[in-house]
Amino acid sequence: MAMRTVLSNGVDLDGRRVNLEIEGDRITSIESAPVGRSHDDVDVVDLKGMTIAPALVDLHTHLREPGKEDAETVASGSAAAVRGGFGAISAMPNTNPVADTAGVVEQVFSLGIEAGLCDVFPIGAVTVGQGGEQLAEILAMAESRAQVRVFSDDGHCVSDPVLMRRALEYVKIFDGVIAQHAEDPALTRGAQMNEGAVSARLGLKGWPAVAEEAIIARDVLLADHVGSRLHICHVSTAGSVEIIRWAKARGIRVTAEVTPHHLLLTEDLATSFDPVYKVNPPLRSSADVMALREGLADGTIDIIATDHAPHPEEAKECEWDAAAFGMIGLETALAISNKAMVDSGLMNFSELIARMSSKPAEIAGYREHIDPLKVGRVASLMIVDRARTWQVDRQNSVSRSKNTPFHGTEVGCYVHDVMYKGSWVMREGTVLG
Amino acid sequence: MKLPRHLLSVDDLTRESAIAILDTAAELSKLSDGKMKKLPTLRGRAVVNLFYEDSTRTRISFETAAKRLSADVINFNAKGSSVSKGESLKDTALTLQAMGADAVIIRHPSSGAPQRLADSGWIKGPVINAGDGTRQHPTQALLDAFTIRNRFGRLGGGLDGLRLAIVGDILHSRVARSNIFLASMLGAEVTLIAPPTLLPVEIDQWPVDVSYRIDSKIYEFDIVMPLRIQRERMNQGYFPTEREFSRHYGLNVDRVAKMKPDAVILHPGPMNRGVEIDAGSADSTRSLIVDQVANGVFVRMAVLYLLMAGSDHSLDHDTEGEGAWR
Repeated sequence: MAMRTVLSNGVDLDGRRVNLEIEGDRITSIESAPVGRSHDDVDVVDLKGMTIAPALVDLHTHLREPGKEDAETVASGSAAAVRGGFGAISAMPNTNPVADTAGVVEQVFSLGIEAGLCDVFPIGAVTVGQGGEQLAEILAMAESRAQVRVFSDDGHCVSDPVLMRRALEYVKIFDGVIAQHAEDPALTRGAQMNEGAVSARLGLKGWPAVAEEAIIARDVLLADHVGSRLHICHVSTAGSVEIIRWAKARGIRVTAEVTPHHLLLTEDLATSFDPVYKVNPPLRSSADVMALREGLADGTIDIIATDHAPHPEEAKECEWDAAAFGMIGLETALAISNKAMVDSGLMNFSELIARMSSKPAEIAGYREHIDPLKVGRVASLMIVDRARTWQVDRQNSVSRSKNTPFHGTEVGCYVHDVMYKGSWVMREGTVLG
Repeated sequence: MKLPRHLLSVDDLTRESAIAILDTAAELSKLSDGKMKKLPTLRGRAVVNLFYEDSTRTRISFETAAKRLSADVINFNAKGSSVSKGESLKDTALTLQAMGADAVIIRHPSSGAPQRLADSGWIKGPVINAGDGTRQHPTQALLDAFTIRNRFGRLGGGLDGLRLAIVGDILHSRVARSNIFLASMLGAEVTLIAPPTLLPVEIDQWPVDVSYRIDSKIYEFDIVMPLRIQRERMNQGYFPTEREFSRHYGLNVDRVAKMKPDAVILHPGPMNRGVEIDAGSADSTRSLIVDQVANGVFVRMAVLYLLMAGSDHSLDHDTEGEGAWR
C-alpha cells in the first residue's frame, strides 16, 4: 500500500495545472510541475486535466437518524454526501428523539465517525423538543464530544421573540450561531405552496413571502441589539435578500444560505400536483429566483446549503397536501448550483466552490475545512470532471430516499472522486466502503 | 372537436368541447322527457363514486346519471380514510382498478387529488373531478352554464354578453374557480363581489371585475350567484360576524328587487338560508336553484357518455333502437 498519493495532471479552481502530494491525512506539496510514475511507496493518480477542489461543506442536512431510518441513516446520508463531493455535513436536529441533549448529538456524531465517509457535525436544537418554549441545554451540547456550534429548531421557527433573543445571547458563551428557519407560524398555518397567482388558481393554501421576511427583519434587529451572530436558513424570497443586504450594510452579524433548488426551480412546478416539488420554504416565483442568484453573486447570501430532506416513497406518492415537505439534494447540489450560477455567468467556478466549502466552514467553525487545499492542511478534496454532462436519475441516488425534483435534468460538473482525510472515499463515481 | 380524456378542471375544456357537452346534455334532457327513462349506453360498464368528503347531492346526481345510462355504480365512501389514516389514495386506486372500474368519479378534500389519480397511472379509465379541495368542480360549472343557457335561450351557443356576479367566499370556493373560467370562456362577463379577505391574491390576473360592494352594481347583472359560506370559515376571522357578512354581502329580497327584470339567481347548494341568501330570494321566481339540481343529472350524463362512450358516437345518428347508444 502506498504511503503517499500524488494527484498528477490536475487543474486548480482557476484552471492552472497542478500536482498535489498527500501523505497521511495531509497535503504535503502543491506543484505545477508534473510528478513521475508510481513506484513502491507512491501512488500516482493521473487526473487527466480534471479539477481538484476542496470537499464541500453542507450546513443544512437532514439525516433522519435516530427515528426515521427508513428515509435515511447517518451512514446512507454520508454516502449521498460523498457522492455529491461533500467532506462535511451538518445534521439538523429534527430527529426522533430530537437532538436537544448532549446524548443525542453525541450519538449522531459517533454514527458519523462510524460511517467514516465524511465529517458529520450535529446541529443542536435551540429549544426542548423544538417546541419553541424552553431553551435546550445548549452549553451541554457545545461542550459534548460533538462540540456543537450551530443551533437551530429547523422546520420550526423560533417565533417567540424573547426566546429568540435569549438564544442569540446565550450562544455568545462559545461564539455559537443560531440558524433560524424564518417562518411566521401564524401566517403559514396549513400553507402548501408560495402564495401568489399560481396558488390562487390551484386552490392550494399560500405561504406568503412576508411570513419569511417579517421574521428575518425582526431577527436581524434582535441580533443587532444583542450583538450576536445570526444565520438565516434557506432564504427564498427577493424581499428577504433586500432585508439581509440592508442588515449587512449596517454591520449586523448575519449570514445567509440558499438552497440549490431555490436557485433553479419555480412555483409553476406545483401545477403538476406532484409532491416531489413540495418543499418548505416553497418554490417561489422566477423574480425571486433571479433575486436569490443576484444576492448570492454579490455576497448578500453567503453560502449554498442543501436542505437535503429525504422522505420515503409513500410520503410523496399521495395527495399534495398530505405529502411531506422536502427534497433530497446532496448528490446534485454542485451540479445544480453550477447550472444556476456558473452556466448563467453570474459567478465563476472558484467562487461557487468557496460558497460551498470554506465559507460555510467559517460560519460554523469547522476548522479543518477553513482555508483548504494548502500545504499542511487536511486532505479532504474532490476531483470534478467539469466537462462531463450527466442526467440526474432518481434510481441512481445513493440516498435511501429518491425524492429528487431534478430527475431527468441534464447537468454538468460530474464529481469523479472524493478524498476524505487523505483516504479515497469515492473513486470514479462509486462510494467506497 | 376533441374531448379531454379526463375531466379534472374546466381548463381541460375548450369553448367548443364545453358547448358540445352542453349540447349533449340538452339532447339527453329531451330524451329523458319522453318515456325512455333509462338508456342502455353504458350497460356492463362500472362507474365508481369515490367520495372522500360528504356530499349527498353531488354523489346522488352522479349516481342517477350513471344509472340512467345503465352503468353499474359502485359507491366507495372513503371519508376519513384518506390523508392521515387508513388506505392511501394509491392503494385505493389500485384496488378499484383491479376490480374493473371503467371510470372513477372522485370528490376529495385535497386540491389536485383527482389530477394525481389521473396522472399516476394507477387508474386506466377516465377520472372525473366531482370537487377537489378549493380548486375545481367542473361539472358544477357545466350545469350552471347549462341552466343559464336554457333560461336565456342560448341553446347551441355560449353565454356571450351575459353578466354573471359571483358573491361571497371566492377564496375557498371550487365552484367559483370553475365558474369564473368556464363562464368567461363561454363569453360571459364575470364580476366577483366579496370582502377583500375572501378574494384570492393577485385576483387582477383573472378575467374578472372585482367589487367590494354588492349594492353599487346589483342592477347590472343577468345572473347573481351567492356562494355558500362554510360554517368553519365563520370563526376564522375572514369577516367580523355572520350578521355583518349577511347584511353587507347576503342576497335578500331588497337587493333582489333591484335586479334587472329578467335576472336570475343561482346557488350551488346547500344553502345557508339567512346567511348568504334569505328565504325570500331562494324561493323567488327568479331562483333557478331547483332547475340546477335537475340539470346536474343531464350534464353529468353527458360527461359520462362523452368520456366513456367516446365522442364518435353521435346522439343524432339513430335514436330509435337500443343499438343507437352503444
